[in-house]
Amino acid sequence: MRHANFRTLRHAFTAAAVAGALALGASHASAQVKGLELIAPASPGGGWDQHARAVQQVLQKLDLATGIQVVNIPGAGGTIGLAQFVTAKKRSPSLLVGGQIMVGAIVTNKSPVTLDQVTPLARLTGEYTAIVVPTDSPITSLQDILAKFKADPGSVSWGGGSAGGSDQILAGLIAKKVDIDPAKINYVATAGGGELMSSILGGHITLAMGGYNEFAPQIEGGKLRAVAVSSPERLPGVQTPTLKEQGVDIEFVNWRGVFAQGAVKASDKKQLDEMMGKMAASPEWKEILKQRGWIDQYQPADEFAAFLKNERSQIEVTLTDLGLVK
Amino acid sequence: MEILIALSHGFAVALTPYNLMWATLGVTIGTAIGVLPGIGPALTVALLLPVTYSLEPTSAFIMFAGIYYGAMYGGSTTSILLNAPGESGSIVTAIDGHAMARQGRGAQALATAAIGSFIAGTLATVALTFVAPLMVKMALLFGPAEYFALMVLALTTVTAVLGSSLSRGLASLFFGLALGLVGIDLQTGQARLTFGIPELLDGIDTVVVAVGLFAIGETLFVASRHRYETEEIFALKGSKWMSREDWSRSWKPWLRGTLLGFPIGALPAGGSEIPTFLSYLVEKRLSKHPEEFGKGAIEAVAGPEAANNASAAGTLAPLLSLGLPTSATAAIMLAAFQQYGLQPGPTLFDTNPDLVWGMIASLYIGNFLLLLLNLPLVGIWVKLLVIPRPWLYAGILVFATLGAYTLNNNVIDLVVLWIIGVIGFGMRVLDVPVAPCVVGLILGPLAEQQFRRALAISQGDPMVFFTHPLSLALLVIAALLVIVPVVIRMTRGRREPEPVNSDLKT
Repeated sequence: MRHANFRTLRHAFTAAAVAGALALGASHASAQVKGLELIAPASPGGGWDQHARAVQQVLQKLDLATGIQVVNIPGAGGTIGLAQFVTAKKRSPSLLVGGQIMVGAIVTNKSPVTLDQVTPLARLTGEYTAIVVPTDSPITSLQDILAKFKADPGSVSWGGGSAGGSDQILAGLIAKKVDIDPAKINYVATAGGGELMSSILGGHITLAMGGYNEFAPQIEGGKLRAVAVSSPERLPGVQTPTLKEQGVDIEFVNWRGVFAQGAVKASDKKQLDEMMGKMAASPEWKEILKQRGWIDQYQPADEFAAFLKNERSQIEVTLTDLGLVK
Repeated sequence: MEILIALSHGFAVALTPYNLMWATLGVTIGTAIGVLPGIGPALTVALLLPVTYSLEPTSAFIMFAGIYYGAMYGGSTTSILLNAPGESGSIVTAIDGHAMARQGRGAQALATAAIGSFIAGTLATVALTFVAPLMVKMALLFGPAEYFALMVLALTTVTAVLGSSLSRGLASLFFGLALGLVGIDLQTGQARLTFGIPELLDGIDTVVVAVGLFAIGETLFVASRHRYETEEIFALKGSKWMSREDWSRSWKPWLRGTLLGFPIGALPAGGSEIPTFLSYLVEKRLSKHPEEFGKGAIEAVAGPEAANNASAAGTLAPLLSLGLPTSATAAIMLAAFQQYGLQPGPTLFDTNPDLVWGMIASLYIGNFLLLLLNLPLVGIWVKLLVIPRPWLYAGILVFATLGAYTLNNNVIDLVVLWIIGVIGFGMRVLDVPVAPCVVGLILGPLAEQQFRRALAISQGDPMVFFTHPLSLALLVIAALLVIVPVVIRMTRGRREPEPVNSDLKT
């Protein structure tokens, strides 16, 4: 009953937005996608949900699609949403938001459906991972961490998001690069967000890993020190040295993107691909990226598919090294 | 003094008719979604986020804060009247609140919840104004070892809800602990007890279990007895106002609930359930009528409801002063801050004083509006119980089922709800208390995670729980809570020929 109410409410909002757009005289209806559904395989508030709603907002504003609905299907690192996306028969176009965490979750959860059953449509954003320590920690560089880690692997507690997620994968890649068995990493999984932040601010763990932006206010506020960042070059306006500069040759980006259904027609795929391309190039989208601190990592469908293939094999190997997949 | 000037400025911002309108809208929406199980404040704020884009940030946040507080208020209503808690913070309220409602004291239960929430919300907002930075400093002292000790302390609540038989109570507790194991283990990413059903990978939702055991199990039970025993349910017996005795039994629990709720709410992994458990335990231990607990003691509604609301204000402390979201709603509010290009944290108070102080002032106003909105509604709500019995039962079952589905839009949740409901019915028939099960389900997984994290960090040294002073102190309090009543009972037993075993009789 309530579900229906919310639908109506949402329709009302959509209707209002469409009416607004019409009033402004914005109508290039030619390439418009009708009744687009965006599936966020996570609860409201998380990264995927925020991406879905940001995409909704921009597509609507640019009049690239109409009747856009965001549907949340949370659970199990996005694999529940993925499974429903793959099996559902959709009459109107439907897109799934996803990202790197989903790749790992498919493997660790032994998901019956994989990314083979969907069509990569666009990589949208990425976030570089920062390694941070409390300001009063004796650790000042990646070398300090690695020295401590080599001497006694268990003495370094690496805090990050869920087991098998991006943070643990990067930890595994680093350990492998310095010739230590990744299975020896003392990884402390948290539910992320506030829990991870308070563990590192309170000095309960040696270091924390996560998106640079999550830590940025605390770094600027002088409470945390970033010792390394996983980008190819230093981030604009940030002094933190990269992993590469400190002798560990790794580039790592926690990306997010959208997928179309596996059985999508070539003509429809082309239309959706163009729609995402127009969106990603628009000033409205750039504005949102700036507000949220997301880094533009746009790749059109073909480039994204090639990137994903490589990414999947790397993640699968690392999860095996970490002992999470046997 | 500076704070007071800033606050009065905040009131000037919040009291403009325009912002007052948004505050009213927020608390009304909040109360409505709190009453309806399944839709939480997080989802509502997420849905409203794109709509409020054109709004002034201050007005939007005043509305969001209203929704947050309003949902806390509304959640208690279904708990008390239908035995169907809409969110996990109001599970404890259902235990005695619904018992009161069945005795025709639903109006008093709703009133003590509303007034308690008002007082707790207001006091906690005052605390937020003055001691937020201090609270946050304290919260950071809590590492995994300390959290584990806190969970152990909360787990002693179980002694207050065990019921008449120790073995039945413990059986229920262990059933809850087992349910808590279902899902992906956070530390290793491995699935436990999911039987290959992907929907179970995220575990079983607490609200689904609580609604299954309380609402479905209980309704099936009373329906099965309908022909044989006609238990009289009164919509309203006597006055709808709280009596002098109700007031005198409520005010201390309100204050104690606030004291428990605010600091635990400020803990990043504290949550709203733990203070409500602890409040129930404390009230039962301190009450002159412990035998009434579980059968409609007003303290057992007053305390936990106050604790629930105070913890909501507590959550805002780390959000505003550090930018740490400690609940789903706080996380979405953080996203809302970012939408406006604002970064919560130590600098927010300096860079956007209008916004922060306007929001804090609107919390005071929101509490007042909520009391105005909720007290007159009490008389209307209790009319629900006048509905003819078969319709009411059918209504509760439909309502509970819909609520469980809308949590995750997931059919498996419905199957789980009804299996748990039937188990709950069986437990009622066999006189096994259901409350320990819920306590175990909520606290078991939390305690396990913190325990393993603490041991991972200490590299397997269990002494970490005793060498950290805070952790040690909490564990000692927990031990005393269990041992002292037993000792008292034994000494009393020696003096009196017939031992009055108050705890085990309830």
